[in-house]
Amino acid sequence: MAATVEQIERKTLGKVRPHQTQNEGLVFEKSAPGKRGYKLPPLDVPEVDAKAALGAAYREEKAGLPELSEIEIIRHFTRLSTWNYAIDLGMYPLGSCTMKYNPRVNEFVARIEGLAEAHPYRPESLAQGILEVIDLLQKCLIEITGMDAITLQPAAGAHGEFTGILLVRAWHESRGNARRKILIPDSAHGTNPATAAICGYQVENLKSNAQGGIDLEALERQVDEDTAALMLTNPSTLGVFENEIHKIADILHAKGALLYMDGANMNALVGKVRPGDFGVDVMHLNLHKTFSTPHGGGGPGSGPVACKKFLEPFLPTPVLVKKDGALHWDFNRPQSVGRVRAFYGNTGMFIRALAYILANGPDGLRQTTEDAVLNANYIRKNLEDLYELPYKTPSMHEVVFSDKRQAAKGIKTGDIAKRLIDYGFHPYTVSFPLIVHGALMIEPTESESLEELDLFIDAMRSIAKEVEETPDLVKSAPHSTRVSRLDEVQAARKPVLRWRPVSN
Amino acid sequence: MRYLPKSPAERKQMLKAIGAKAIDDLFAIIPAEYRLTRDLDVPRQQGESEIVSYFKAAGQKNATDYASFLGAGCYRHYRPVVIDSLVQRGELLTSYTPYQAEITQGTLQAIFEFQTMIAELTGMDVANASMYDGSTGAAEAVLMAMRVTGRQKAVVASTVHPEYREVLQTYLRYRDLPTAEVGYVAETGRVDLKALDAAVTEETAAVLVQSPNFFGVIEDIPAIAEIAHKKGALLIVSIAEAVSLGVVRPPVEADIVSMEAQSFGVALSYGGPFCGVIAAKEQYLRQMPGRLAGQTVDGNGNRGFVLTLSTREQHIRREKATSNICTNQALVALMATIFLTVYGKEGIPELAEHNLAKAAYAAKTLSEQPGAKLLFKDSPRFHEFVLQTQEPTAQWTQRLLDEKIVGGLDLGRWYPELKNATLWCVTEVVARETIDHAAKVLAAAPVEA
Repeated sequence: MAATVEQIERKTLGKVRPHQTQNEGLVFEKSAPGKRGYKLPPLDVPEVDAKAALGAAYREEKAGLPELSEIEIIRHFTRLSTWNYAIDLGMYPLGSCTMKYNPRVNEFVARIEGLAEAHPYRPESLAQGILEVIDLLQKCLIEITGMDAITLQPAAGAHGEFTGILLVRAWHESRGNARRKILIPDSAHGTNPATAAICGYQVENLKSNAQGGIDLEALERQVDEDTAALMLTNPSTLGVFENEIHKIADILHAKGALLYMDGANMNALVGKVRPGDFGVDVMHLNLHKTFSTPHGGGGPGSGPVACKKFLEPFLPTPVLVKKDGALHWDFNRPQSVGRVRAFYGNTGMFIRALAYILANGPDGLRQTTEDAVLNANYIRKNLEDLYELPYKTPSMHEVVFSDKRQAAKGIKTGDIAKRLIDYGFHPYTVSFPLIVHGALMIEPTESESLEELDLFIDAMRSIAKEVEETPDLVKSAPHSTRVSRLDEVQAARKPVLRWRPVSN
Repeated sequence: MRYLPKSPAERKQMLKAIGAKAIDDLFAIIPAEYRLTRDLDVPRQQGESEIVSYFKAAGQKNATDYASFLGAGCYRHYRPVVIDSLVQRGELLTSYTPYQAEITQGTLQAIFEFQTMIAELTGMDVANASMYDGSTGAAEAVLMAMRVTGRQKAVVASTVHPEYREVLQTYLRYRDLPTAEVGYVAETGRVDLKALDAAVTEETAAVLVQSPNFFGVIEDIPAIAEIAHKKGALLIVSIAEAVSLGVVRPPVEADIVSMEAQSFGVALSYGGPFCGVIAAKEQYLRQMPGRLAGQTVDGNGNRGFVLTLSTREQHIRREKATSNICTNQALVALMATIFLTVYGKEGIPELAEHNLAKAAYAAKTLSEQPGAKLLFKDSPRFHEFVLQTQEPTAQWTQRLLDEKIVGGLDLGRWYPELKNATLWCVTEVVARETIDHAAKVLAAAPVEA
């Protein structure tokens, strides 16, 4: 039935108005035999009869890949892209994820031919350019963290944790005892306990104190000769700096245990304070968080691991060294934990991260940190009257509220998050950290203008009002998206993980 | 600083609203003795033009005008232009992991399409959303097989990429999980089936092979599967050259396939970022590491996609998770998806046939030169082959470099028994004249006195 003019609404809510998006089926559903999106040049060598050449190894049946023309391919993926929210569209305040602006010059320089087309096995004499990039990035990251040595090999944050804990293990083993357990605060990311487990350690939970920080007395009780390390996120997942960090390090070191720092929240520290100066022995960084390389819908990342001098012999092989004025890979590392990845790491991300550091310089890096902390505190100040602040400790780069007041009306953090979508924002991190019941974890990063922050604050305040007045509106959100809430139970109960042709 | 969207006046205004006098009030919780009171010792702030100049100069130092016969787990194929123009759309580039499904349907549907394409190519039932790369994917596949079988030992072919094997050792070493290595038959370059049969026991969780293997030779997967399955072990096939699946029979007898998808439109980029992926038989789904996108419906009956079966993952299961992996290689998987759409059902086989033909021509031409010999001559190959020369590798390598050609990769570093043997890779981007030129240089060995 045709809609009347009056029924067509173009009302603004928050910072958005509805906008049409194109429907688009699966790429397989667009396929038709005989359509082509490619043309190979003529073969300049004799053809080979593949079946004769490969014998039993020949593939008789072609894989069920789609057949489309180029314009359809462009439209397909462009249409899909319009269904995504992105930093380029607006604030993306996912706590712990540091969704900051991804500078375009990073993308440009990563595609420079001499860097993008370099084969990892080319002779070192033909690779000095990329090795110099890696060397300069390593030096910058060592300076920023205050550590002594580094490896860029790990492919992501969790991979960095794995590498870092292996260093810890190898060091303990070199002293005759690998030890058995790793202490992990109850506020930690899930990757921390998962990492400890895959490195062969038992996980021992460390309860947070009333301020959400490390309970020094509990720590003192729990650290023993069997403790390999404490995995600490600083600032914590509550966005709180562990102000007794030096005591934490002392307690650990007195028992021969090490302090591992999860650098997920390094965006609160760069240029203001260095983990190497406050007692950290080994840590990882996330180039895709702090150093602006794009998240790309879930990856790629890069998780460099920086350590103190005494752990350097254990770094993954190879290690970059300078000899006779040229850079070389040193494979002769008898105490190394071994390789954690083929080749040298996600090099394309190193190029982007270095471009970011060069664009900032020391003054820009410091200002970036200051703005990130300023933004989080501004949001805190403007929302703390409407949302419960479970820990009153000063916030660094992120602020964590709880849904306590809204939950009394039957509205949970997940509902508020979904309603935020209608106002034109990506939700904050929902229900994490676990030590806060119904957490709303908000990390604005430095990339938000005052205007965008105010719009976010207005949206959150408006939602708080809706919770009081029209709770069903919040509970059934989002209302403006292509799809409404999806049935996750069905997805898990009867998994459909691939398309299959409809059989006739 | 040009990335920061605030004026000095706005910063003051915000501080005032917060009730702070100066920005350092917000950092007061950090003990004074640790606060950095100097500038970081990093290069000064640079303009965009300076940054571009710096990296262009670095690129030029890398020497761009060399032809190359390097492969060995990192392959140069033509990359259609549409891939880069699409993945640079901000909605794809600057989006996070699609936990909020309503506003990330684009990424989720693309992952679902990727999973489907990988399953189709590998002959497996299901595939995940990606792993870091082929090396870590293979190691995670072995751990997955250990969870499935409840067994603790792995048998690995020495023809698996040496760096993949090193990574596997790192993943297993600290858990006291032993691996046994099985060699290859000197004449064929294929896994020694007798030795494999002897090595696989009732305690073996997995047999890991690579096909095409590190020498470019295609393994006898059905025979290997029989040996593994006879003792209740799983077969894991690692595929480092994904384009091979255009003409090479998929390893349907495998239980798990770990693939490196870099060949599908991803730049060499000095070794990364690449795109690993694990595919498997459906019954092993619950032990699979990594993210999975699944189809479902919304409240109005519209088809939609979500990340699913996340009870396997670290953010839910913590220390009991199947892996600690969180961030994967999503954007690179998208590049592979676009590449596979561009070439499609007919193009991937055609592309693979071009590679086959180029490599066959190069293998013949190079091995006809005096003192040169093709190893594993009668085994089925894809686009890599091993050439053995009488002349020491270093000598002709230098002659080729003088002609701006990077020749084959010396295998002595990993296989000391293969003296003066080099691994050559010839993809569709290598011109016949380059092959002919290389052959001529190879033949021009100085006459020995």
